[in-house]
Amino acid sequence: MAVKVAQEWLNSCSGCEISLVDMGERLLDVLGLIEFVHGPVLMDHKYFGQLGGGNHLQIPEAVVGLVSGGVRNEEHLEVLTEMRKKCQVLIALGACATHGGIPALANSYRNDEILDRYYSTETTDKPEKVPSDGLPNLEQCCTALDENVKVDIYLPGCPPNPDQVFAALIALLDGTPLDLPAKSVCDTCPTVREGKGKVGQLRRFLQPPRYGAPGEPLGKMRCLMEQGILCMGAVTRGGCGGEGLTPRCLVARVPCRGCYGPVKENGNQRFDMLNALASNGIDISTLPESVSFLRFSGAHGLLRPSRKG
Amino acid sequence: MGQVINIQPITRIEGHASITIELDDQGNVSESKVHVMALRGFEKFVEGKPAEELPRIVTRICGICPWQHHLASNKAVDRCFGVTPTRSGRLLRELMQTVAHAEDKVLHFFFLAAPDFVMGPDADYSVRNVMGIVKAAPELARRVVKMRYAAKMILEKFAGKAIHPVAGVPGGFSKAMTEEERREILSKMQEVLDFALFTMDFAKKEVFPKYLHEVTELGVIKTGFIGTVDPEGAVNFYDGKLRLMKPDGAYTDFDAQDYRDHIAEHVEPYSMGKMPYARAWNEGFSLDLENPKGIYRANTLARINVADKMATPKAQAELEEFREKFGRPAQFTLLHHWARLIEEVYACEHAIELLEDPEITNPDVRAKVEPRAGRGVGCVEAPRGTLIHDYTTDENGLIKSANLIVGTTHNLGPINMSVNQAARMLIKNGVVDQGCLNKIEMAVRAYDP
Repeated sequence: MAVKVAQEWLNSCSGCEISLVDMGERLLDVLGLIEFVHGPVLMDHKYFGQLGGGNHLQIPEAVVGLVSGGVRNEEHLEVLTEMRKKCQVLIALGACATHGGIPALANSYRNDEILDRYYSTETTDKPEKVPSDGLPNLEQCCTALDENVKVDIYLPGCPPNPDQVFAALIALLDGTPLDLPAKSVCDTCPTVREGKGKVGQLRRFLQPPRYGAPGEPLGKMRCLMEQGILCMGAVTRGGCGGEGLTPRCLVARVPCRGCYGPVKENGNQRFDMLNALASNGIDISTLPESVSFLRFSGAHGLLRPSRKG
Repeated sequence: MGQVINIQPITRIEGHASITIELDDQGNVSESKVHVMALRGFEKFVEGKPAEELPRIVTRICGICPWQHHLASNKAVDRCFGVTPTRSGRLLRELMQTVAHAEDKVLHFFFLAAPDFVMGPDADYSVRNVMGIVKAAPELARRVVKMRYAAKMILEKFAGKAIHPVAGVPGGFSKAMTEEERREILSKMQEVLDFALFTMDFAKKEVFPKYLHEVTELGVIKTGFIGTVDPEGAVNFYDGKLRLMKPDGAYTDFDAQDYRDHIAEHVEPYSMGKMPYARAWNEGFSLDLENPKGIYRANTLARINVADKMATPKAQAELEEFREKFGRPAQFTLLHHWARLIEEVYACEHAIELLEDPEITNPDVRAKVEPRAGRGVGCVEAPRGTLIHDYTTDENGLIKSANLIVGTTHNLGPINMSVNQAARMLIKNGVVDQGCLNKIEMAVRAYDP
C-alpha cells in the first residue's frame, strides 16, 4: 500500500519543493510508492474543508510529513502544530526548517523596523497602519521547526540536494536507517590545500580565484581560503554535492557561504568561523561584517536585534 | 453579513495566499479579497551587507525564479560599483536566465496548471493534480519530467547550483564555458526546443480548443501591461527598455533606472503584499471592475502584448497566429497560459542563438570591480513579470538601502480583480460547489503567482 505523505511550506521560498521535483525521473518512481494526502504546492486539499466553510484548520493523517520553511507568523505555527499532530515522522526540509535560513537574517531587527522599511520604501504610498485584515500576526522572530515541535529527521541545505531527499524518502519507505554525510564541506572539497598559508587579510569576492584553463579540474585549483577568499566550508556541513560529492558552489568556482548549516546541528557558524580565522592568523577586524556568517543559521536565538535600536 | 467562504490555502501556486468571499443574504457575492500572507523583510535585512553578497542572498525571495533575482541583483550591483560586465560574462548570464525561463514554463504548465485542463476543472481534488496526470497519461508525464530535468541539469552542471545560483558575479560571470560544454548544452537545448514545439502543438490541439469558453469569460478584466523590449521592440528577458502600455494599447518606453517616476505601490488593509500601479497615468489607484485606475499587469501575456514582435522565427510565427485570434493587447486572463508557451518557444530558440555566438566561450568573463558608493537599478524579466532591484551603497560598498518590486507583486491588484470577477460570475443565489471554487482559483493560477 502506498505510504501517505503530507507536505507543507511555512516561511519559505519554494526552492525545497523544486528540489523535490529535481529528482528527475526518480520522482516518478517515488510517486508510485507514496500517496500525497495534503500539499498546497501539488494538490488542492484545503485547511477549512473543500467548500471553505469549516472552523478548524485540518490536515489529514499521514505517515510522513515534509515541512520546509521556518516559523514567522501565527499561521505557520498553527500549521506546523497540526502537521506534528497528524504525521508519524516529521522531516524538517531545508535550511529554513532546520536553522532558520536566509529569512532569519530578519532576527537582527525588531518587527516594527522591518515593517517600517517595507511600508515606507521610495515607491510606497505609506499606509496609516500595517495591513492586518484577515492576516496572521507576526511572531517575535523567525524560528526553526525544532524550537516549536519535535523533529524526527533533518535534511539541511538551501536547497537540500535532491539525492538526499530521495535517499531519505527511500530509507523511510524501506524502514532502513538514513545515512547522511556528517563531515564538513572542506572534507568533501577537491581543491588543493598546502597547509597554513600566510594570508593575513581576506579579500572580498570581487576578483576571481586563480586557476588554469577554464576546463581545468577543481582538484588542481588551490583552496579558496588559502587564496585569501573567505570560504565557509570549514564550518559548514558537507553533502551539498549529493552523490557527485563536489561542493556545488565550488563547481562554479565561488566560495561556500554555509547553506548546509553548522557541521554539528547545534553549532554556531559565526563563532566557529571567527575562531578558525583567528587561529589561522587572519585579522578579523578587517572583515566588512560577520552577521552574514549566520545567514543560514540565525534561528535558535543566534541573531537578535541590537540593543541600541 | 451572510456566509463567508474561505479558500485557504490557494493551491498549485508558488506562494502563500488565501481568498475570502463574502455573500449577501441572497447568496450573491458582496465582496472578495485575496490575502497575501508572506512578509520576510528583505528590504530591511540586506542593509549593511556587502553589496557583492546580495546576489547570493536575495535569491531566496523565490525558489522558482532564483536566477532572475540573482541577475537583477548583479545588474544593480554592477551599477552601484560602476562596472560594465564583459561580453562573455553578459552572454553567460543571459543564457542561464533564458534556460531557467525554459525550465520554469514547463514546470508551470504541466505540474501546476495542466491538471485543471487535462483532468478538468470539476474533477475531484484527489486526482486534479500532477499525480493524476501521471496516472492518466504516463508517457506524456515521463517526457515532461525528462525534458524539464534536462533543462535544469544544464544549469546545475555548468553553474553548480540550479536553485539559488551563485555563478553570476558583479562584473560578469564566475567561470568560462569550454567548447565541449557549449556543444553539450547546445545539443540538449535542441531537444528542449523540440519539446517546446511539441507542447505548443499539443496545447493548441488538445487543451485550448476545449476551454475557449472559459478563456473568454473566466477572470476577464481590462488593464494595462508592462514588460521589457529590446531596441527593435521585441521581447527580451535580460535587458532593454521598460514599456508601460495603457489598456487601449498606447505605450511609453523608459529606462528601468527611472522606474520610480512611472510606478508607485499602494497598500490595502487585507494584504501584506503591496499593489503597484502606474503613477505616470495620474489617475490614482482603484480595483473597481468597471473602472479600474492605474492597474497594469506583468507576466507572459503582458510581455507579448507590449512587444511589437518576438525576436526568433518560430516564436514570431506563434505570436502572429495568437494576435490574429485575440488582437493586441489581448485581455483574456487565461491567455497567460498560451502566451507562456509562446515564450517557451522563444526561450529555447534564443538560448540556441546565444550558444551559437562565438564570443560565449571567451574566457574573459569577469571585469575588475572595486566597491564604492553608488546607486543602481537592476531589472530583468522574471517568469512572473518585471523584476526590479534598486540598491544604494556606501563608500565601502555596503548596502545602505534597498527597494524591491518583484514579478508577482505587479499582479496582486489584477489578481484581486480577476477573483472578484470570477466569483461574481460563478456564485449565484448561494449555489457553491467545489468545481466553481476551483474555477475561481484558476483565475489566480493563470498569473502563476
